[in-house]
Amino acid sequence: MVTKLIVILLSAVFINNYVLSRFLGICPFLGVSKKLDSATGMSVAVIFVMLMATAVTWPIQKFLLDPNGLGYLQTIVFILVIAALVQLVEIILKRYIPSLHKSLGVYLPLITTNCAVLGVTILNIDSDYSFIESMVNSLGSGLGFMLAMVMFSGVRSTIEGRDIPKSFQGLPITLIAAAITSLSFLGFGGVIENLFA
Amino acid sequence: MNTFKNLTKGLIKENPVLVLVLGTCPTLATSTSVINALGMGAAATIVLLCSNIVISALRKVIPDKVRIPCYIVLIAGFVTAVQMLVKAFAPDLDKSLGIYLPLIVVNCIILGRAEMFANKNKVFDSAIDGLGMGLGFTLALFLMATIREVFGNGTFAGLEIPVLAENHISILTMAPGGFLVFGLLIACMNKFAKHKPKKKSFGCEGCPQAEGCSKNGCGEVKKEAEENGN
Repeated sequence: MVTKLIVILLSAVFINNYVLSRFLGICPFLGVSKKLDSATGMSVAVIFVMLMATAVTWPIQKFLLDPNGLGYLQTIVFILVIAALVQLVEIILKRYIPSLHKSLGVYLPLITTNCAVLGVTILNIDSDYSFIESMVNSLGSGLGFMLAMVMFSGVRSTIEGRDIPKSFQGLPITLIAAAITSLSFLGFGGVIENLFA
Repeated sequence: MNTFKNLTKGLIKENPVLVLVLGTCPTLATSTSVINALGMGAAATIVLLCSNIVISALRKVIPDKVRIPCYIVLIAGFVTAVQMLVKAFAPDLDKSLGIYLPLIVVNCIILGRAEMFANKNKVFDSAIDGLGMGLGFTLALFLMATIREVFGNGTFAGLEIPVLAENHISILTMAPGGFLVFGLLIACMNKFAKHKPKKKSFGCEGCPQAEGCSKNGCGEVKKEAEENGN
């Protein structure tokens, strides 16, 4: 049981990394990764929302939609729940923990349309995870997102100010750097299964 | 009179993927094979067309303050319908697109067009705009998928290509290849597209990621675009 949870956690962080191998959440990955502090802020907000969203959507799917044969409403219900949740979290943070709101606040509205959050909730249902496994998978996915963002902000600060061919300036060189970063993550493939086999 | 222009602007000049750089997630993820790319492109085009028509028809009914949630619900409805149709008539495609089919909901292109075009224009124009943008998205996906499948797998839409099949560069079909090909394509676009559209013409308004984008909000983009324009 515990081994299974560890395998889920580690594979979500390294092998099935949301950004670098599943291509979810590319917009914030390319947009917010320029500076280390904004990359960390965004990632923390994403981890937080992913966990909250899973905690809410899993029971909804299992206890509300499935027993009533409404499984096809999954997409609509999940996106609404995530949007409402993000709003709620923002209001609560603003009222009770203003310091945290100050540091995460700007990133929260962006997360509604972050496909990684909707992706993780749907994937948890698709993979038939139990509630605890879903939560662990969400945590791992969030941590993987953070790892990719923080690593990549380091890579980007190195690119900054270099002499790059004109047509490669801006997005193209960023994408090629992302390709190389993603290449390094391919090396993790198979490691985790072998560790616990 | 501008109908034709309206239709073709999405193909090259304002190509949603290669020029406006929206909807990168599905582009990178589903361009591993030509069939997947065409399936994804068709699904997104249908959703875009329907959502543009309905949002444009309802543009006077939907209150301004709650328009974004309304759009999301409408889009999610169409996505669900498309998802069910694909599941029923093309189960193989459903399997290979997997999670990316429901994720059309959060595709920036669709919400972006609703916000930028459909809620300001007539139904017919919005339909044409949606069709054009959808075709542009499909074209970009097709282009990327062709490069990735032909060189990465040695096949085109499943048909083997004699020499390349034995000497394929399999990294191109894997995750890093997606970033690499996309980066190179945008670089080519920068090199050869002489009429770079001013960012102002699209702005960040339609992009839900605008606040977090590297430009620190739309004001800076507008300023930059104006400076570039002058």
